[in-house]
Formats: sequence, C-alpha cells, structure tokens
Amino acid sequence: MSQQPPPIEEQIEQARSPLSEAWEMFRRNHAAVAALVVLGLIVIGAIIGPFLYPTDPFEMVWAPFSPPGAEGFLLGTDYLGRDLMAMIINGARVSLIIGLAAAVVSIFIGVTIGALAGFYRGILEEILMRITEFFQVLPTLLFSMVIVALFGASLPMITLAIGIVSWTAVARITRAEFLRIRELEYVMASRASGVQNMKLMFRVILPNALPPIIVQSALMVGSAILFEAGLSFLGLTDPNVVSWGQIIGSNRQYILDASYTVTIPGLAIFVTVLAISLVGDGLNDALNPKLRSR
Amino acid sequence: MTTPLLKVENLRIELTTRDGVAPVIDDLSFELGQNENISFVGESGCGKSMTALAIMGLLPEKIGRIASGSILFDGEDLTKASPARLRAIRGNEISMIFQEPMTSLNPVYTVGEQIAEVIREHQGLGRKAAWDMAADLLDAVRIPNARGRVSDYPFQMSGGQRQRVMIAMALACQPKILIADEPTTALDVTVQAQIFDLLRDLRKDTGTSIIMITHDMGAVAEMAERMIVMYAGRGAEIGPVEQIIEHARHPYTKGLTSCVPHIVSQLTEDRARLTEVPGIVPGLKDFGKNMCLFASRCNHRTEECLSARPPMKPFENGQIAACWHAEDV
Repeated sequence: MSQQPPPIEEQIEQARSPLSEAWEMFRRNHAAVAALVVLGLIVIGAIIGPFLYPTDPFEMVWAPFSPPGAEGFLLGTDYLGRDLMAMIINGARVSLIIGLAAAVVSIFIGVTIGALAGFYRGILEEILMRITEFFQVLPTLLFSMVIVALFGASLPMITLAIGIVSWTAVARITRAEFLRIRELEYVMASRASGVQNMKLMFRVILPNALPPIIVQSALMVGSAILFEAGLSFLGLTDPNVVSWGQIIGSNRQYILDASYTVTIPGLAIFVTVLAISLVGDGLNDALNPKLRSR
Repeated sequence: MTTPLLKVENLRIELTTRDGVAPVIDDLSFELGQNENISFVGESGCGKSMTALAIMGLLPEKIGRIASGSILFDGEDLTKASPARLRAIRGNEISMIFQEPMTSLNPVYTVGEQIAEVIREHQGLGRKAAWDMAADLLDAVRIPNARGRVSDYPFQMSGGQRQRVMIAMALACQPKILIADEPTTALDVTVQAQIFDLLRDLRKDTGTSIIMITHDMGAVAEMAERMIVMYAGRGAEIGPVEQIIEHARHPYTKGLTSCVPHIVSQLTEDRARLTEVPGIVPGLKDFGKNMCLFASRCNHRTEECLSARPPMKPFENGQIAACWHAEDV
C-alpha cells in the first residue's frame, strides 16, 4: 500500500476524545465549575462531617434558641436546644441520599418506559405515553403525600414516592431521543448485522441517547431534594432521621422568634439545589453538540 | 450456472403511503450465483435499496411488506423465515454495507468493539479472540497500523477508513452474500477506486457473492458480471454487463449508459454534449399501472407502451429486456 500521508496522523493527534471535549466545554462555564466545587464541598461535608463534628443532632446540648455563635455553637440551637450545626451536617446526608436515590428511581422508570415506547412504537407506545401523561397531570406533591401517608414515612418509601412522581420528564426525553436515533444509519447497520432488539435498545441506542438524560438526571437530583424538603416540612418524614426540610418544618412555629432556625437549613437547601442546577446547566453545555464551537 | 445461491422470484413489495398501497418492487426476478457479482443500477427511487432491504428482512416496519413472491437463499425462503432465523442470517450469511460511512458506525464504541460484537454474536467467540480477529480484519481491509487503530473511535477515522471498517464488519463472519448499497457514493473519487479494488480482492479471496447497488456505470463495468437495470420498481433490463453496455435493449439502459462521460474521449473545446434522460421517475402512485412506466420519457413510445406492461423478452445472448421494442433499440 502507499505511504500514509502525515496530515492524517496530525489529525488523529488533534482529535480529542468525546469526554475530554465535554470537559473542555464544561470548563468554559465558570458558574458551573464554581458550583461543582461547592457541590463537592457539600458532599465531602456530608460524608466526613459527622466524624469531624460528632455532636448528636438529637441531643439537647444547650438552652433553646441560642443565637448562632453563642456559647461555641456556630449555628446556635433550635427550639429543643439541639445543636443546629450538627443537624445541618447530618441532614445533608439524608437530603443528598434521598435526592440521588429518588433520581435513580425516576431515571430507571423513565428510561425503561421511554425506551420501550420509542423503540417499539405502535400500540405499546400509545399505552405507555398515555400512562406517562396520566402521571404528568397528577399534582405531584399531593400524589407523593398520598403515597407516603398510605405506606408510612420511612426513607425508602419517601424516596420511592418522589421517584414515582417525577419520572415523566425522563420518559419523554428518552422516548424523543429513541425516536430520533432509531432512524439513524448505524442503528440500521446494527440491525443488518443481526443484533437483537434488547441489545439494540440498551447497547446501541441508549448510550447515544444519554447526554440529555444525564442533564435531566442532574436537575432531577436538585428537584428531589426540594421535594423531600417539602414533604418533611409538612411532617411527612421519618422522625428518626434529620433532614433539612424537617428542621425547617419543626422550627416553623418559631420563625418570628428565632428566624435563623429556619433560615439556615433553608440556605443549605438553596445553595445545594442551586449548585446542582448550575452543574446540570454546565453538563448541558458540555453534552449538547449544538453548542460546540466547531 | 449451477444452483443459484440466491433466487428472487416474482418479488412484489408494497409500501403503504398516504395515497394508498404502492408496489415499490413489482414482479422482480433474478438469480445470484456463487462468487458472482451483480449490480443494480437505476435512478434514485427505483427500488434498488428496497430490494436489498427485502433480502435482509429489514423493510421499514409497518410501512413496507413483501406482498408476494419468494426470496430463496440456499433453498430457504427468507420471506417465510422467523425473525430469529433472519437475525441469525443477517450479518452472518448475508451482510450489508451502507451508503454513508460517516454515520453508519456507532459513535460511542471503538471500531474494534463494533467488529468484535458482530463476531461474538454470530460465532460465539470469546472477547479476546474476537478482538484479535477484529484487528486482523482491519488489516485485511488495508487500514494501516490495524493493531493500533482497532481501539480508535469512528470520529478518529476518515470517510474511506470508516467504509473499510464497515466492510470489515460485514465480512467478519465470512458471509455468502455481501450487499453493498452505494458503498462509494459518499466518498471522493480516489477513495472510491480504492474501495472497489478492495471489494474485488476480497471477493477473490473469500468467494463472497456481491450484490452492488450503484449509480456508477464505470464501477458496474469494472466490478460486475451481470447487471440489473431497475426502473420504477421493475426490472428494465437484466443481462451480462458487456452485452448490455455494448448493446442495450431497453431505451432506459441506453439513456443511462450514454450519460457517462468519457474522460479521454475529446479534450477539445467542442466536445460532444452529454445526453441525458429527460423527465423524472414517475411518482409512487403510478407504480402499479399496467403500462410501460418509462413510456413518458421514451422516444420509442407507441400505443402499445401505454396500454400494457411489456413482458421480459429474453435474447439469445442472455440479455432480458422489458420493452415492447427491444428488438429495434
């Protein structure tokens, strides 16, 4: 064969892998990078915080309503004299875990339904999309309250309840991506090489449909945290664990006397959800091919 | 010819469109022998690709269906085969390469993974063995430094290289038939020639029969033994390539062959104008009509052409033409 001209080699040198290209795009979004740092700190705090600050969040450590900074309690104490700092640190775990787990549940349901609908089309798609629409028009908070009220306010049940009410967006995005990708040539080429339907769906099409699903999932973690906060504010929470929403809920009667007991966990939720949303936004930039510069 | 490897008989494929059911392939018969190369030529929308998809069992779901006729592959009727059986045949005994190499590879897997996947699916080889075989195949399709390139992603390859990967993938299981649907249309001319060279050599080495779908008359002349000229879903002319190019018996074939420019013919200022076939292919709704569908574009047209569909007239040299005036053309 003839000699390969050098420009090809150079081109290969320049061609970056999709992953490094995505990181390049992500890095250009400064807010997203800052949010990623903040989120990283929150996660690290949630993991190792309880070891560094071993105060029991349920123990009455001081007089109730001590303002932040007083008597060595950085964030003060709540209406039962519990250390707010310890509650925030421990609550971070619950909030983040519920947020992640609920997102996983809703992605699992949503991707399965969306993939089946988008791949098989026809009557199956009709049925699945009507079910999706049914779940879409239900008032989500009310529906999850009903589930939690009926089946008990344990952490797994709350997670499940949030997951069940929030998968519709994922299902619709997945279906839309499947509808687009199933018509592409490489799917036809895979069919032509004898690939089975299950493999076509989950090994050929799904990896290509992932970018928007990933973005949606990131945002979903944020909204699941908000959702959990809403539920526990209303008292629908496991009383044996601390979560940010629960702190707000249990202190809400004293909002006029000790506003910090509500403000501080509220800020924690706000900062976390904002960070997740900004990271999701950055992921959107990074994974959306239309925004790429070339 | 001994028993043909593939025998298509009276194939009729119907597409459901908004205007009703239209036969995109209407009463098509042909045979493909062992280690033979036949070419389908014809304008876009004449049903060439549909024929290929029908053989693969990949007609667009719910829109296209085989209405009648049979596709006998090694004595087995593919139109009656189960989906599982078709899947086992696809990629293993009959495989296909597509027009657009830029988009026919999955962007999220390395080319090695994609080739190895086909091998593992059909031959039940282990991961390591399949990977080694993928590298060997890349070498066989003349990708330089195959061992190194096997873990490249499709975006790291040029169009010609991707088409080579597609060919490697199609030949991975040593299929009996390779269907090449306009394999070079999207490539530039020098690469086209390389791909044709490659296909010809591979055919010599492996004994694979090739069905080639193309617009390129030059490629047909160089690659194929027999050609099938398709027009509006019907076979217009079938026969050995030399005979047809020498003396086409169908006005449409004549039109097609005279459209091809000759690079060395006349490099003077007043070179001869290229002739064209005037008009366009009729719309799908006209496809089933009992008349010669080429009549509207034909200068041999008579009353007969408009009133009845011409039969396939065989000639003693092996040519078959569907024209009322085949003897006079």
